[in-house]
Amino acid sequence: MTEIERHSFDVLVVGAGGAGLRAAIAAHDAGARVGIVCKSLLGKAHTVMAEGGIAAAMGNVWQEDNWKVHFRDTMRGGKMLNHWRMAQLHAQEAPDRVRELEEWGALFDRTPDGLISQRDFGGHRYARLAHVGDRTGLELIRTLQQRAVALGIDVFMECTVTELVKDGDTATSTDKRVSAGGRIAGAFGYWRESGRFVLFEAPSVVLATGGIGKSYKVTSNSWEYTGDGHALALQSGASLVNMEFVQFHPTGMVWPPSVKGILVTESVRGDGGVLRNSEGRRFMFDYIPEFFKAETADSEDEADRWYEDKTNNRRPPELLPRDEVARAINAEVKAGRGSPHGGVFLDIASRRTPEYIRRRLPSMYHQFKELADVDITAEPMEVGPTCHYVMGGVAVDPDTGESAVPGLYAAGEVAGGMHGANRLGGNSLSDLLVFGRRTGLNAAYAAARLATRPSIDDDVVRAASERALAPFGIEGGENPYGVQQDLQEVMHNLVGIIRREDEMRQALDDLTKFKERIGRLSVEGHRQYNPGWHLAIDLHNMLLVSECIARAALERTESRGGHTRDDFPATDDAWGRLNLHCRLDGDDVAVTREPLPEMPDELRELFG
Amino acid sequence: MGYDLDMKVWRGDASGGELVDFTVEVEEGEVVLDALHRIQATQAGDLAVRWNCKAGKCGSCSTEINGKPRLACMTRLSTFEEGETVTVTPLRAFPVVRDLVTDVSYNYKVAEKVPPFAPEPRPADGAYRMQQVDVERGQEFRKCIECFLCQTVCHVIRDHEENKPSFAGPRFFLRYAELEMHPLDTNDRRELAREQAGIGLCNITKCCTEVCPEGIKITDNAIIPMKERVADRSYDPVTWLGRKIFRRDQLPDAQVPRTPGD
Ligand code: SF4
Ligand code: SF4
Ligand code: FES
Repeated sequence: MTEIERHSFDVLVVGAGGAGLRAAIAAHDAGARVGIVCKSLLGKAHTVMAEGGIAAAMGNVWQEDNWKVHFRDTMRGGKMLNHWRMAQLHAQEAPDRVRELEEWGALFDRTPDGLISQRDFGGHRYARLAHVGDRTGLELIRTLQQRAVALGIDVFMECTVTELVKDGDTATSTDKRVSAGGRIAGAFGYWRESGRFVLFEAPSVVLATGGIGKSYKVTSNSWEYTGDGHALALQSGASLVNMEFVQFHPTGMVWPPSVKGILVTESVRGDGGVLRNSEGRRFMFDYIPEFFKAETADSEDEADRWYEDKTNNRRPPELLPRDEVARAINAEVKAGRGSPHGGVFLDIASRRTPEYIRRRLPSMYHQFKELADVDITAEPMEVGPTCHYVMGGVAVDPDTGESAVPGLYAAGEVAGGMHGANRLGGNSLSDLLVFGRRTGLNAAYAAARLATRPSIDDDVVRAASERALAPFGIEGGENPYGVQQDLQEVMHNLVGIIRREDEMRQALDDLTKFKERIGRLSVEGHRQYNPGWHLAIDLHNMLLVSECIARAALERTESRGGHTRDDFPATDDAWGRLNLHCRLDGDDVAVTREPLPEMPDELRELFG
Repeated sequence: MGYDLDMKVWRGDASGGELVDFTVEVEEGEVVLDALHRIQATQAGDLAVRWNCKAGKCGSCSTEINGKPRLACMTRLSTFEEGETVTVTPLRAFPVVRDLVTDVSYNYKVAEKVPPFAPEPRPADGAYRMQQVDVERGQEFRKCIECFLCQTVCHVIRDHEENKPSFAGPRFFLRYAELEMHPLDTNDRRELAREQAGIGLCNITKCCTEVCPEGIKITDNAIIPMKERVADRSYDPVTWLGRKIFRRDQLPDAQVPRTPGD
């Protein structure tokens, strides 16, 4: 084992999307030696797909806006299941994080006064999203990427982490991946390009691996989204919180089939677009829930006036939080009032001028033109729900981002708690900036405080290599692509937007069978840049997070946010006081109920 | 309505390779990347190809399709004649790693050499002020998805490996121009653009602009103005100084934070 490539850092960041890059920059600024490992090339992470903007109560457009309003919107959007402290820090610190990006070269759209412009988005009381047309995520990632490069941070591109290693870990059997040791000691992985293994020694590891969307058939997520960080955390002994809450973005493309699931930004609605069914009706007026009645327009006239005069009118129902809109679309399609390809119509063509649309939504214009032959300035788009984001993730300390495992941190989508049962649009980019920075700083401080470095046993490394190479040793086994497709089918059909007990039990039975199947995967070819092999490894993570989602979803017998039960359609106050945590117990996922953290009175008053 | 598509896909590694024939079933509305994925899933599980977003936003899936540098996820099969064979090969300007994946590290090395953005200090109230018209130029350049198609097509490096150390390529001329035109940047990058990035080697063939999937006018809006500024700098610094001051003077005074001595 002496020949394995080794690197040593104070802080290792896994993932180079917004959260990972921001964490690495913070750790560097705190004096740590930092390495970033990412599965793709630098600058390709899923953050580039974020379109709408970064939510931050800067008050540039509406002076009435402040962190308390943002905090309240976030908690209400999350159906009060958010960790209040995360939502508070997020709302308080987001404006500084946005201004900082500008200092690093980001070019946001401006107000007439020359300030950073802010746009309307679902669930946000005021126009609050700092943006760059409809490609804000690209701007964010490029800015952070360029900053990280300028600081000289080491980046290991196209390198995948398969296991975390802890101090005192010993090599056990090859099929047990649950780690028993103490503090995090590092991470083991392989170079995609050569297939060779590499070991990173680091007393602090920040997970910033994003989400789990690839477990679903229709998703806006890329191949990288296989729940790696979620699985790594579980295997190290951390818990995942809120895993039953999966966000289906209401508007994904539905046609042609090859683009099904690709995101259509919420800005289309923020900028005046409306949803209609096959009868031409603006159906969202029929789906305004009691919880949001007081702040939602009940006539088309009022809704249309709101774009100009937000003080005297209430918001259009198209801008309700995403879970509400996704469910409404689902119901319309089920009732037979869908569009030809099984979605509904999103119409901005009849409401705004072509010039306005092209200026405000250039990527959407381009995307529909190129991929679907649809001119969105002249005709409506067809859209339907697509798996977009997982609210659930690693349970962390709100202030530091540290998980229950000493030295293991998580930030961004892979962390849980911040968004509760449903995330508001725009709160993801701000989340990854705020908590990316916090975890990076704290990971660096913790590493600096250590008197002795944790060590890694050679046998542990050998066992990890054997596990990674297993699929090459199996002849005539299952095709990983086929297994992935079947898994996506199961999750889509049985643990999708609308859930039922019998279906989820069926899903869990199926998932048990998948456990055998992924033990028999075989791959062709050799170790050099072999996507079949990479998928075979990722499938273990996908399966593990799928089980967490299914088990937590079965346990929560109510409907709330991104979790809708056909058999328990009502929201239940008793469940409103509980979070579900998933932990690994041997080979199985165990779910426990834990009380929600208690919100202090001065914040509770905001909901009076 | 599915049909069978004939494809030739280059397979091999640094030591050599060949075009391999595949016949793959495809559907209406699909793109080249869909066909490649189906080959992966059903015929060659180890076929190496990069991709991420499948929506033309990340710039990962750059290949050469029937000899033209393109994004595989944005090249619709309907753009080919019926019965036409679709040939997919790796980007020519970069060394092959495996199959359609090339070693694009050259671009990342060039990126490291660009001196970072160096803004003026913040005004007292903490908020930089810039007008929309002044950021729009830079915004056009920042649409770049780093697909490196412009890099692979540029003849200065496409057929001349030896030029790489002294030539940054169109994507990075864009970056120099973006920073040079940034309303808040204080660095003067013109000398660098000439000496280090080799902007003088570009003879304005515009091939880069033609392949850019983001439709960025690389030559007209970035390279030519940069060349002019570089020329100003080399021969007539006073002209440049005048221009820089003039540009800032277009903003109302209160909005132009100045450093002492500026
Ligand atoms: S215009 Fe210049 S940079 Fe662009 S392809 Fe031609 S020579 Fe290369
Ligand atoms: S400038 Fe255009 S062609 Fe060149 S890398 Fe950027 S997006 Fe690609
Ligand atoms: S996969 Fe992202 S541009 Fe093609």
